[in-house]
Amino acid sequence: MSEMSGPTARAGHAMSFEAAMERFDPVFGIEVHVELNTATKMFCGCATAFGAPPNTQVCPVCLGLPGAMPTANVEAVESAIRLGLALNCSIAASSRFARKNYFYPDLAKDYQISQYDEPINYDGHLTFELDDGTSVRVEIERAHMEEDAAKLTHVGGAAGRIHGAAYSLVDYNRAGVPLIEIVTKPVQGMGSRAPEVARAYVAALRDVVRALEISDARMDQGSIRADVNLSLRPRVDGEDAQRAVPLGKRTETKNVNSLRTIELAVRYECGRQAALLAAGRPVVQETRHFHEDTGRTTPGRSKEEAEDYRYFPEPDLLPVVPSRDWVEKLRATLPEPPAERRRRLQREWGFTDLEMRDAVRGGVLTLIEETVAAGAPPAGARKWWTGELMRAANDAGVDIAQLPVTPAHVAELEGLIAGGALTDKLARQALAGTLAGEGSPADVAQARGLAVVSDDGALVAAVDAALAANPDVARKIRGGKIAAAGAIVGAVMKATRGQADAARVRELILGRGGE
Amino acid sequence: MSEDLTRLSAAELSTLMADGEVSAREVTEAHLARIHDVDDDVHAFVLVNDTDAILEARRVDEARYRGEELGPLAGVPIAVKDLLTTRGMRTTCGSRILEDWVPVYDATVVAKVRDAGMPILGKTNMDEFAMGSSTEHSAFGPTHNPWDLDRIPGGSGGGSSAAVAAFEAPLALGTDTGGSIRQPAAVTGTVGAKPTYGAVSRYGLVAMASSLDQVGPCSRTVLDAAMLHEVIGGHDPHDATSLPEPVAPAVAYARQGMAGDLRGVRIGIVGELRGDGFQQGVLERYAEALGVLEDLGAEMQVVSCPSFAYTLAAYYLIMPSEASSNLARFDAMRYGLRLSPQGGPVTAEAVMGATREAAFGPEVKRRVILGTYALSAGYRDAYYGSAQKVRTLVQEDLAHAWEAVDVLVSPTCPTTAFRIGEKVDNPMAMYLSDTATIPANLAGIPGISVPAGLAEDGLPVGVQVLAPARADAWIYRVGAALEAVLTERWGGGLLDRAPMLGTPTGGAR
Repeated sequence: MSEMSGPTARAGHAMSFEAAMERFDPVFGIEVHVELNTATKMFCGCATAFGAPPNTQVCPVCLGLPGAMPTANVEAVESAIRLGLALNCSIAASSRFARKNYFYPDLAKDYQISQYDEPINYDGHLTFELDDGTSVRVEIERAHMEEDAAKLTHVGGAAGRIHGAAYSLVDYNRAGVPLIEIVTKPVQGMGSRAPEVARAYVAALRDVVRALEISDARMDQGSIRADVNLSLRPRVDGEDAQRAVPLGKRTETKNVNSLRTIELAVRYECGRQAALLAAGRPVVQETRHFHEDTGRTTPGRSKEEAEDYRYFPEPDLLPVVPSRDWVEKLRATLPEPPAERRRRLQREWGFTDLEMRDAVRGGVLTLIEETVAAGAPPAGARKWWTGELMRAANDAGVDIAQLPVTPAHVAELEGLIAGGALTDKLARQALAGTLAGEGSPADVAQARGLAVVSDDGALVAAVDAALAANPDVARKIRGGKIAAAGAIVGAVMKATRGQADAARVRELILGRGGE
Repeated sequence: MSEDLTRLSAAELSTLMADGEVSAREVTEAHLARIHDVDDDVHAFVLVNDTDAILEARRVDEARYRGEELGPLAGVPIAVKDLLTTRGMRTTCGSRILEDWVPVYDATVVAKVRDAGMPILGKTNMDEFAMGSSTEHSAFGPTHNPWDLDRIPGGSGGGSSAAVAAFEAPLALGTDTGGSIRQPAAVTGTVGAKPTYGAVSRYGLVAMASSLDQVGPCSRTVLDAAMLHEVIGGHDPHDATSLPEPVAPAVAYARQGMAGDLRGVRIGIVGELRGDGFQQGVLERYAEALGVLEDLGAEMQVVSCPSFAYTLAAYYLIMPSEASSNLARFDAMRYGLRLSPQGGPVTAEAVMGATREAAFGPEVKRRVILGTYALSAGYRDAYYGSAQKVRTLVQEDLAHAWEAVDVLVSPTCPTTAFRIGEKVDNPMAMYLSDTATIPANLAGIPGISVPAGLAEDGLPVGVQVLAPARADAWIYRVGAALEAVLTERWGGGLLDRAPMLGTPTGGAR
């Protein structure tokens, strides 16, 4: 044992997840921030485009200059209401913005305009399925509107952290970008499936947000960010008895910016807290940061010395009072819920559960749907998107939707195969060309001279040549050993540089060989 | 023309310029000359904008020469309270923390004033971030009352009212959170109006208490205030709390009032705003004013607003609460003064602390601390929450009053101008100056202060007229009626009786 003291255990002291789950019952809650894709910011007319040069999308309002005042972005309010409806929330007849006061250089006004005791959406729920088909319902406490803070870049410290930094750069382009924060009620009764449920919840929420088209929903770019609150309590038998055990002290883990890390962070915190509790030591209520590299969390600000945010209603903005008509109009714009859509598509496409799961996990459902809509058979569309193209995206480290291949391209490719113009092998070459930016598969096939040799004359000559070159094989074929034709097929394919239709070659061999 | 242009009202100047009797440039130059003559004594201005003001005046003259259609106040110069942002012109809010801040944008009211062709003479002194009732809390030294240079000109907008009272400007813009336009008007013998909350844009008004702040006109006559009100009023898409309706017909109502007929107008005398704590001379002038209104045919009755007993307490919770949040942005990170901490690590937090400690004055610190406390977890409901309930009660009392009367009247301020230094160490005594003006801010209603004569100490007294929200035109009608009778009785404006400041020829043409 190392000589360590203090309230937190080092990683070496973490209990294995399985051991932790034998003794403790995890309860968690998740706060997800969704950055909306509105053209302008929450409270001013500045653009929100990602990646613009620092501090070029700013004005007196989002810079918090003295005297500047906010005005609410109606499009953002609309997005908030649509998300609330999609999450089965009640939409408040009147909700209010509030000021959350704290000093930090990323906050231009040193308060954040958020919503406090009167959020726009409350009391909702989201139902989704785990990998094995188990259905889980998570209760949503609220989904409220707020503005993002500026982006801080710490320079000169270790790994971009503020500690030890020589100075920090502030980019106010992000200041005032509209956010919706979705807060769950405590999720309990999940036992050892808690990490999986946490991950699946965020994935399901991301799907809803994507279906609504209110956000880019890119965790890697921070347009969806999750914080996980977790506490443990002693495990007891019986569901009701377990629920009656008071909640333990919780930690809030930030920086959980991929689906995979949500699962890892929950697992790690379970083990870490269990080790403390098992040793009779307290869990400190605090913010912790998850580190991708080590898979561990380290303490941030202690909540016990954390600020009192001194919330009060934002006097510069009027209450948000959406009319029933407006809400109903927005309800009519809601897309099919993702879970229902998945069931429908699986039925329509005839995919197995496994095939469907691969497509869902790969995030290619819409791409397949669009490919099918462009005329491809579902099986073909699935094969390309979950195979070749997913590998290409992984290799390039990009989102599959960012590849230069479109659903129309894939449909075209399938058409070329179905029409006999390309073999599977040639099709892969054509696709590689499209991926390399050489144009549509048909263009690539033409430019690279990829075409099935369907001129029987040319093929017959090649078959005859192959048979002549392999008299033993020819003899076997004539003797009725059809399997021997494979060797001739190979030789013909080689001679035609793969551009022959293997099935046709086989027919010709059997025809010629038998003569 | 030998008349001193600075002694004329905005309406008179407007007529002279329209008739081609005098140029905008002459008018602006006369006022700039007056400023250079007397402002060393008065210290109404923290910045004088000579060059730009003259350029603007020349633009107006050229436009008039070309026959362009100009607004009624084109060429009439104006002073602007230093709480309003002016593009390219330093805006300090009376604070060291903004001593070198040059805004990149104009407040909406400033833009409107510029669009109206009104040359901006300069920025006027004020209590730091509008916190005070005497202008003694300015980081740049106090403003002096033109009636007695040893006395305060009221606050927070003492600079704007003193500038008008000292004939340095015919008009000024003020802001009123708890009386900062009306109380200085009362103690300097000038007119000051606070419009309905939302009637004038707050965009570019550096907020003290956002739910109470309002921009309004300062002038020497009610008609002038009405004219300026019509220039600055109206909906602003940059201010979410701005009212959608068109600006009130203030000028028409002021003219109607000047005609001297108040028959059928029901006037309520606020029972809670007389007697205890009010100076004898103030009550005497107030009684006379009531007599005037009655003589003009108004129906007078006493109205009770019991909640007014709690307004000062409620105000001193709501205002500091909002101020503590509004002033948070002065953190030395993006603009304004930045000071390094004495010793210790130079972190952002330490710089914020060091700068705010050194650059905020005592009254600002007092209110930030008070407001931070009032909003704290565990105290919020008892303090901020209870104060909001009082606010509702005030609105209910007034709603009840409006069933019986069209306007309410009271003295504007319990006393005449006190001596500089007299109350600066006694915040409570200072806060009492706002007893009569605060209810209008809590309720969001319009109010005007009109000179009512001199008290036993020879100093000016103001009478306040309040009207229901969005009935701004009424304060101008009743105010103008009172003013017309009193001016005639005095044989001229009250300010004609103020001491002559400056050199005998100063400012005269």
